Amino acid sequence: MNLKSKFTPQSWPEHPELSTAEGKNKVVGFWIFLGGETVLFATLFATFLALKNKGPSGMEFTTQNLFELPLAFIMTMLLLTSSLTSVYAMYHMKNYNFKGMQAWLAITVLLGLGFLGLEIYEFTHYVHEGFTFSQSAFGSSFYTLVGTHGLHVVIGLAWIVLLMVRNAGRGLNLYNAPKYFIASLYWHFIDVVWVFIFTVVYLMGVIK
Amino acid sequence: MSSTAKKKGFGATIWDYLTTVDHKKIAILYLLAGTLFFVIGGIEAMLIRIQLAKPDNDFVSAGLFNEIITMHGTTMIFLAAMPLLFAFMNAVVPLQIGARDVAFPFLNSLGFWLFFWGGIFLNLSWFLGGAPDAGWTSYASLSLASAGHGIDFYAVGLQIAGAGTLISGINFIVTIVNMRAPGMTFMRMPLMTWTTFIASALILFAFPPLTIGLFFLIFDRMFGSNFFDHTMGGNTIIWEHLFWIFGHPEVYILVLPAFGIYSEIIPVFARKRLFGYSSMVFATILIGFLGFMVWAHHMFTVGLGATANAIFAIATMAIAVPTGMKVFNWLCTMWGGSIKVTTPMLYALGFIPSFVAGGVTGVMQAAAPVDYQLHDSYFIVAHFHYVIVGGIVLALLAATHFYWPIMFNRMLNETLGKITFVFFFIGFHLTFFIQHFLGLMGMPRRVFTYLPNQGLDTFNLISTVGAFFMAIGVILLVINVIITSIKGQPCGRDPWGDGRTLEWAIPQPIPFYNFKQTPLVRGLDTFWIEKMEGNKEGMSYAEPISDIHMPNNSFIPFVMVIGLFVAGFGALYNQDADKPWSLVALIVGLAITLGAMIVRSLKDDLGYHIHKEDLLNDKGGNE
Repeated sequence: MNLKSKFTPQSWPEHPELSTAEGKNKVVGFWIFLGGETVLFATLFATFLALKNKGPSGMEFTTQNLFELPLAFIMTMLLLTSSLTSVYAMYHMKNYNFKGMQAWLAITVLLGLGFLGLEIYEFTHYVHEGFTFSQSAFGSSFYTLVGTHGLHVVIGLAWIVLLMVRNAGRGLNLYNAPKYFIASLYWHFIDVVWVFIFTVVYLMGVIK
Repeated sequence: MSSTAKKKGFGATIWDYLTTVDHKKIAILYLLAGTLFFVIGGIEAMLIRIQLAKPDNDFVSAGLFNEIITMHGTTMIFLAAMPLLFAFMNAVVPLQIGARDVAFPFLNSLGFWLFFWGGIFLNLSWFLGGAPDAGWTSYASLSLASAGHGIDFYAVGLQIAGAGTLISGINFIVTIVNMRAPGMTFMRMPLMTWTTFIASALILFAFPPLTIGLFFLIFDRMFGSNFFDHTMGGNTIIWEHLFWIFGHPEVYILVLPAFGIYSEIIPVFARKRLFGYSSMVFATILIGFLGFMVWAHHMFTVGLGATANAIFAIATMAIAVPTGMKVFNWLCTMWGGSIKVTTPMLYALGFIPSFVAGGVTGVMQAAAPVDYQLHDSYFIVAHFHYVIVGGIVLALLAATHFYWPIMFNRMLNETLGKITFVFFFIGFHLTFFIQHFLGLMGMPRRVFTYLPNQGLDTFNLISTVGAFFMAIGVILLVINVIITSIKGQPCGRDPWGDGRTLEWAIPQPIPFYNFKQTPLVRGLDTFWIEKMEGNKEGMSYAEPISDIHMPNNSFIPFVMVIGLFVAGFGALYNQDADKPWSLVALIVGLAITLGAMIVRSLKDDLGYHIHKEDLLNDKGGNE
């Protein structure tokens, strides 16, 4: 099957991301990669739990007096919604509706940017209070865990934007459909990791 | 490999290898680079043994000795054993499952260059102010206190090389899941493919903890974080956990493909199908699974408590069960077979008692109370060398002889091969058997010298003599390779005469597309089945001759890695106030890598087709 040939909504396969050998490899490979990423984040979570609230003697920073749930809640909502909009985008991809897909991806990117903005605000706020990366083991583990997630958000956003720009002029085909699909997988993964961060870092953090 | 018809210029060949995405050529690259690092690690081993040959020796200083032992361990594990196994996995696995290449040829190339430049980075430390000196385990309490940049080279170099390993692991999993020829069901896969599959899964789950551990180390040393500094609330035990959560599965990442190699060699030369195939597969999976449950047996003396020690002790002992299954299966394969003692078979025969000895001492150490006595003594050194040399290095040497015809269409000299075996095997036991007793007599590991007349003198000297025997063995192998390269004749298909699996059924020299027609696999040991039925071609086909889709060569992987290499130096010197260029190097390096990634994403790379007509004229085979 020619990768670049044009389709109509009728001739478009039901699973465009899996209808080429390259697509199948990409999807399976990406799921496996996400398995490795899961272990990577598990390691960061474990380290955070071990070093939470640990610092030089007399340190006054604790999760209880540092974290503010309303802000974390808004961030959670932004990211969860962006996951939903990326599902809409994939729905349109499967129906060969290129414009619909691009539009929903654009919304996904905006929501992701909103999340990122709030995270940057949160970090600068903490740094102003004196809670920095080098201030304590707690700071190191917090910024590494949440920052690694933030880095994933940045990469995910750049990836989706690149895909949208690159393919804006040529529409959907079997060459780029798997690329869109795995970018959305990545975005879902980022979202799932954040659910755990919200629970383990913020919710469990503010419990007295 | 396949270009016997037309000789290429030297520059063109170099460029070809720099850009290749062909698994067979990448296998040769792994073999060359792995051998280079194996020789470097071997020289370091010889220096260690020369220093310890007599008491109160001052051949090397204490500080240099620490650097040598650290680099010996790190080089042998990460830069010699793994790449050499990857060489054979790359050379053989796609052929065994009837695939034209791996799932991601581009990533295959990227993985190789990451490993290679990571290894170079690590070894450059010798010339840039001193090598790492905190042992290959680089425990944080030691490594944070280590002056100079040695540890930084360790952390950054392994980070680069480790990324390559992870990428290769993912690639093999997808290749084996997706690229098997029709009829090649999971339970018809040769053991080499099975063990590669499980080892790749272990890589997938074991390397991320190492990545994170190394990042913590990099952050602590270069960017002011406090993960391991207890005065700032950190905890040095975290490094030990992360390192061993990686480190123990790493043992199985190495030994499982070695088991796979033996499971290929023994049936061929016993001329019997592998005994207990399904239990072999089951044992492989079980070893892989249990391999993640035992990491804390390296930490019995840390003080995790009696309960934790008991759990990890029992889990460790449990691994002996599937390993024992394998040993008995190999023995039963040979039992009643008509055994042909070739060089690879000699190594396989030598492996079984050697590895069992290493396994038995492993179970001894699994008993936590005994381990308190043996911990950090030469008994441990003897144990892990029995497992790694007796298991993995013998497998690598066996595979070198066994698969040389597949990789180069030549046979290594058998007589010389057997002499090599004798030297290496005797040398190995001479070196390490006696170290058990040195350990029991109380000689701690990682000491640069010892006092005379404590009962350690003779045994250490014997051990050193053994090391020279091993070195002679390796030199003989190199001579063998050189002679074969100059004088060797093309050996054609199935040179051992009793090949059982698909890789032996392909005509030599193997065309770069591997299979003109995708084979149809009709059972376990498919080539054997075809031979028994008198099929001269050695294969049934699943499709008529048609166009073959091939990936394009690419220089991008090399560029990406060079970017990381430059960025590595930037990160490393970032802590020095007198090197303001370091930040520039970090940014420029990362920019090169990111730029290369973006180019890769934006440029469509659809590959090309070899047309049916060219295949029929076999022009495709010899470009």
